[in-house]
Amino acid sequence: MTARLDARFAQASAQGRAALVTFVTAGDPDHETSLEILRALPKAGADIIELGMPFTDPMADGPAIQAAGLRALAAGETLVKTLDLVRAFREQDQTTPIILMGYYNPIYVHGVERFLDEARDFGVDGLIVVDLPPEEDEELCLPALSVGLAFIRLATPTTDDKRLPAVLKNTAGFVYYVSVAGITGSATPDFNVVGAAVTRLKRHTKLPVAVGFGVKTPEHAAAIAAAADAVVVGSAIVDTVAKSLDGENRATASTVPAVADLVSRLAAGVRRGRAAA
Amino acid sequence: MTAQPQPNTFRMGPDERGRFGIYGGRFVAETLMPLILDLEKEYQAAKTDPAFHAEMNGYRTHYIGRPSPLYFAERLTEHLGGAKIYLKREELNHTGSHKVNNVLGQILLARRMGKERIIAETGAGSHGVATATLCARFGLKCIVYMGAVDVARQAPNVFRMKMLGAEVVPVESGSKTLKDALNEALRDWVANVHDTFYCIGTVAGPHPYPEMVRDFQSVIGDETKAQMQEAEGRLPDSLFACVGGGSNAMGLFHPFLDDPEVAIYGVEAAGHGLSGLNAASIAGGAPGILHGNRTYLLMDRDGQIEEGHSISAGLDYPGVGPEHAWLNDVGRVKYLSATDDEAVEAFQVLSKLEGIIPALESAHAIAKVIELAPDMPKDHLMVVNLSGRGDKDVPQIAERLGSSL
Repeated sequence: MTARLDARFAQASAQGRAALVTFVTAGDPDHETSLEILRALPKAGADIIELGMPFTDPMADGPAIQAAGLRALAAGETLVKTLDLVRAFREQDQTTPIILMGYYNPIYVHGVERFLDEARDFGVDGLIVVDLPPEEDEELCLPALSVGLAFIRLATPTTDDKRLPAVLKNTAGFVYYVSVAGITGSATPDFNVVGAAVTRLKRHTKLPVAVGFGVKTPEHAAAIAAAADAVVVGSAIVDTVAKSLDGENRATASTVPAVADLVSRLAAGVRRGRAAA
Repeated sequence: MTAQPQPNTFRMGPDERGRFGIYGGRFVAETLMPLILDLEKEYQAAKTDPAFHAEMNGYRTHYIGRPSPLYFAERLTEHLGGAKIYLKREELNHTGSHKVNNVLGQILLARRMGKERIIAETGAGSHGVATATLCARFGLKCIVYMGAVDVARQAPNVFRMKMLGAEVVPVESGSKTLKDALNEALRDWVANVHDTFYCIGTVAGPHPYPEMVRDFQSVIGDETKAQMQEAEGRLPDSLFACVGGGSNAMGLFHPFLDDPEVAIYGVEAAGHGLSGLNAASIAGGAPGILHGNRTYLLMDRDGQIEEGHSISAGLDYPGVGPEHAWLNDVGRVKYLSATDDEAVEAFQVLSKLEGIIPALESAHAIAKVIELAPDMPKDHLMVVNLSGRGDKDVPQIAERLGSSL
């Protein structure tokens, strides 16, 4: 069920480097531009795409991703349109894994079964749903696994060794290590601590470990790539989208190129990571 | 919701997963999960520790000023010409509302847990003031998140919090009201897990908050039961309380849930009316997940949360405590609603007839009493929770009635 993800991690590993996971918000700044951005990401060097499902109340996200979600909602993005974005992306790209990331309420209201069927049929590979800890696995995680979608769990600095097995139990595809206790786009993590955390996780799982939160520059990406199997960058990318817009939050000619440029520099950073280490 | 089998008791919830029926739960990010489990463990230990209760009772008596009176509203009763109306005078508590009952419990728990930094969200400011007060009393650092819109319309309470030494953070994200203040407090908690205790102001949030806040507020209903026994020698016939998140209502209702002869009414804020902008989550919402629990929410068809609207900042929340959602579905509590206009009218009626200026929140409950009491027999004993005093609302009412201060 994690074929596309497994292949991507194997490929990066064969090249002796970490994978680059890029987060963008679906429908930001508008649906059409968002599809263009998605299509530009693999070309610029993204290995895996995390696609944010906008929500009015993203309680684990910092200002950049909050703003991106509100821009997308203001432009009319819905969960149905987000799923359609994946379908449109898959028409041209059958290999880049897509992970939908968001909060449970829009999925719950859409209907869990319907959502999972559509996500699988349209080419989604996995889900990250921030407000569903292992204690609530029967809500979405177990149904997702049963239709062949990976449920990717976040492990955090507060997840101790005692709790880790519960967090990892139904995780598939990869494990996402949240490098700082905080919200997305927050302080840059201490890279030595991150290295130790990845080592700790690897004692508990054979899955690839991706590290995110606070990774903003190609230099950060390189430092994380030295220790982790994948580097996740989100806020810095949606910030780049924000800075490219006109005064009314509309896309400009520079929106897609600006994102592509940042992603290619991040990809270069990720490729430098192991070489430097 | 017909023909559901009724449980043997309405007071057993939540279950071990924090559920009241399908409602409640622990829908939080992994970073917070270990903290919530720890809080649950510490609360269960405190709950069964007589020393914790002895300490709490001491402060209830000498600091809050409990028990609050159960007052026979003679002129309101005469005016309406029906049911005999009693007011549970929570507005006489120190800090001026029922909020302090819960804050006292949580702050004593935070002290047990060695936490020195307290965060809270607030809408009207009553919970923020209560939290700032107890933090001042115990020398704890206090940060209160308040929507920027609410900061503007509740200026007196903002200043009170500052006087008490709290830092008030205006929240500019989202719709800049109570729900956004809650989001921001949760974001703070995630970033400050080691030293911070999140003092939630209502019977919502992830388990164990709905249970814990209810337990701390149940002193309202426990006292009412004993006081009514003393005054009338029996149980009341009906209870009324306003419901935003629903903590004052849950505190009054819970001790009476297994007394079937007591009719129980929660009153939501209908704002401009149920077909217009309102904050009546049960009447106008549907089940969804927000702020750590499943409950009735105001939202659009895509699951995006909508702003509540009420003249009262304290009821202006698009959700409701999960136990209320369950009590609605099983039919034990009937949820009504009152509009802005009805609340403003009730605010004036109570002020003029009883010399008691109620909080706009409590005025919603009074409004339904004004509507329903006249049709009740004179021996019908009605209790309404006067959850807060209305001083904070005077500038807003003056503006609405066209007076300048």
